Amino acid sequence: MHTLFGENILSPAADQVPLPDPFELAFNLYPSASSDTPSKSSPPQNDWLTQLQKQAPTDGATSFSHGTQQGPPPRRKGNPRLLFMGLRRCGKSSVQKVVFQKLPPADTLYLEATNKIEKASMQSFMNFESAEIPTQLPVLSPEYEHATVFTNIGAVIWIIDSQDEYLTSISELLRVAVFLAENYPRANLEVFIHKTDGLSEEYKYDTFREVRQRVQDELSDFGYGDRAVSYYQTSIFDHSIFEAMSKVIMKLLPQLPAMETLLTKLCSTCRIQKAYLFDTVSKIYIATDTSPTFLKDYEVCSDYVDVIVDIKQLYGWLDAPKDAPKDGSQPQNEDPELESEGTQPKIEGVQPKSEASPSKSGSSQPKSAPDTNMLGESMVTFDKGGDNYMYAREISNSLSLICLMGQGSGPDKRKLIEYNVDILHDALLQVFKV
Amino acid sequence: MERGKRQKQRKVLLMGRSGAGKSSMRSIVFSHHNAKDVRRLGATVDVEHSNIRFMGNLMLNLWDCGGQDSFVESYLTNQRSHVFTHVAVLIFVFDVSSRDAASDMLSFASTIRALHEFSPNSKIFVLIHKMDLVPADQKTAVFQEKSDGIRATCEEEEFLPEQVGFWATSIWDQSLYRAWTQVIYFLVPNAGTIENMLRKLADLLDASELILYERTTCLVVTHISRGRGKKNPFTDRFERLTSILKTHKHSMARHTGTMVSEVSFTELLVKSGKFMFFITRLTENTNLAVVMPNDEGAFNAARVNVSLAKGEFAYLDIIEKKGKEAQRTARESIAPEEDTRGSEDGELSSQGLNSDR
Repeated sequence: MHTLFGENILSPAADQVPLPDPFELAFNLYPSASSDTPSKSSPPQNDWLTQLQKQAPTDGATSFSHGTQQGPPPRRKGNPRLLFMGLRRCGKSSVQKVVFQKLPPADTLYLEATNKIEKASMQSFMNFESAEIPTQLPVLSPEYEHATVFTNIGAVIWIIDSQDEYLTSISELLRVAVFLAENYPRANLEVFIHKTDGLSEEYKYDTFREVRQRVQDELSDFGYGDRAVSYYQTSIFDHSIFEAMSKVIMKLLPQLPAMETLLTKLCSTCRIQKAYLFDTVSKIYIATDTSPTFLKDYEVCSDYVDVIVDIKQLYGWLDAPKDAPKDGSQPQNEDPELESEGTQPKIEGVQPKSEASPSKSGSSQPKSAPDTNMLGESMVTFDKGGDNYMYAREISNSLSLICLMGQGSGPDKRKLIEYNVDILHDALLQVFKV
Repeated sequence: MERGKRQKQRKVLLMGRSGAGKSSMRSIVFSHHNAKDVRRLGATVDVEHSNIRFMGNLMLNLWDCGGQDSFVESYLTNQRSHVFTHVAVLIFVFDVSSRDAASDMLSFASTIRALHEFSPNSKIFVLIHKMDLVPADQKTAVFQEKSDGIRATCEEEEFLPEQVGFWATSIWDQSLYRAWTQVIYFLVPNAGTIENMLRKLADLLDASELILYERTTCLVVTHISRGRGKKNPFTDRFERLTSILKTHKHSMARHTGTMVSEVSFTELLVKSGKFMFFITRLTENTNLAVVMPNDEGAFNAARVNVSLAKGEFAYLDIIEKKGKEAQRTARESIAPEEDTRGSEDGELSSQGLNSDR
């Protein structure tokens, strides 16, 4: 691959965890046809868009991006790729930054308008990659190389500002929907009815219903009435955006049915009301059991993950003088906290105070203390009877199982529940190994 | 009735210019508001009294005094003796972003002059508030500068340096809790006894850290660190723990639909590869957080031991209520059990009792 710049210009990939991650998705079914790895020098995944734009679209990339559903079956790799589109100032950058880069929602006020394709990615359990297309870029016009943007997209998220006049947004959305249906039928189309934080319940519901109705009608007029489009009400100021992102991402995971079945089984045997598999860093859940989801449950589990992560950060520093290099590296994580005691992290808001370091420093430390293979576990009991409580278990570095327990799962059953969760843990390992 | 007699009433004055942030702080710490909600608070008219029960029988008599000039005038003139007698603690709030530092200082000087007249032995806590508005690199410099100026004023008014404490605070992070924790620690009557008992408990459990905090406000009353726990790089972990627990309470309240003040959990456990942590009820008003090293057996033993030790600590919450005879019998009942640990127990508990004011 020839670029105008040397390879060291590209941001280096994050340091690899020394242990082979059992959750590494080995899904390289069609390496030759893949346009993500255009050269042997395997550039970091963050820059896949830059890569594609610099290259002329002469790779095998175009072979099945145009045209209809021919070629190999859906090669959903494990890394969800998302594209944010929408009108000017509808909130695309805010959503990207709040979800993937942990920006406090109040600071999105200071974001400037985007004028080129912005990418964000998050290295955690899954490598989420997302890109945002600025409004003025005429991606749909025939002369634009839309292959470079739309190839391998898992989902296109169209954001509608519900506090603004949304009819123009709907007409743009329909153009995109038609375009996608013709050219990239495998990409999911999701609609976020955004900025619902300031609105009354009825208004929210009315907007929601109206948007859904209109889009459905128009799509069927165009002949694509059978295309599934999902609608979500979101706002960056509460948990609804995370819940919506979780649902979008869940649809892109091929392992979803397996995980769902496992969780449902666990819930029925252990009398768990609700179980979530959280990605600890981003607090997006990648699987849940099949009982109905309410935002309330998600909120309390997400806050609980915050509490655990924060406590682990406070007390999870390593103190093993015999292990000099490890010791040297670990406190680095905490040093910035030490020096900058003046810059106190926020206590409000729903994001954990720090980045990936707490969950990493929490569990697997291969060398130092004896029992460190033990994965974290936590429980909070609400009432004396011990019935209503929440249980959390770390499955891997960045994946956790959070359960809301119900009646009949009291203290005497705890050991059995732990045993069952162990079995679930092994099952999940197997699911992802495949 | 006896209980009323035995309750330790501590009068705490909360003063400062109008808009400095006194009522906001009070509502966040004691009334469980969010930092965002305090924008709705209006100006305090004259004095707002709140009686806050704290740690069983400590009754905090908090006087949130309106900061507008006319009110301050009236405190310093007609209500002078009413306001300034029998004060245990004065908390004076300086707004770091105020444009009129000179008149702030004058107001402070006249306030502490009045204080010195009627309660010369009280302690002064100076809070340099709204520190979030200061850029991070200037924070220490600004704090130093302000506190030096204020310290000079205090000396002029004949307050000893050890009577005055300075804290940089902001409602948007945990520094607020640090300052209030110190106030509470100063006011709790038997802090020494509590600490000694906790130290013994910590030795028994082999815990890295024991933290005793008040249940409703989540303010840390006292803590014991031993061994590994002392090397924790997070020196501000207690106020962080306060804010973590408060946020947790808020989220629980939202989930169960109850009031924040009524929400409580019976136990919270966190185990990880490097430590084990649990929080459980200790007395009527306090919870105990225990940090243990990574050993399942010791951890479970610790949980059992703490629940057995609850009875001992119950004495601390009620010991002042029952009067002198009860104090003596309580001391006697505790002392024999701790006989084996040395004869300094008797002296220590009496020391705790003598420090009652």
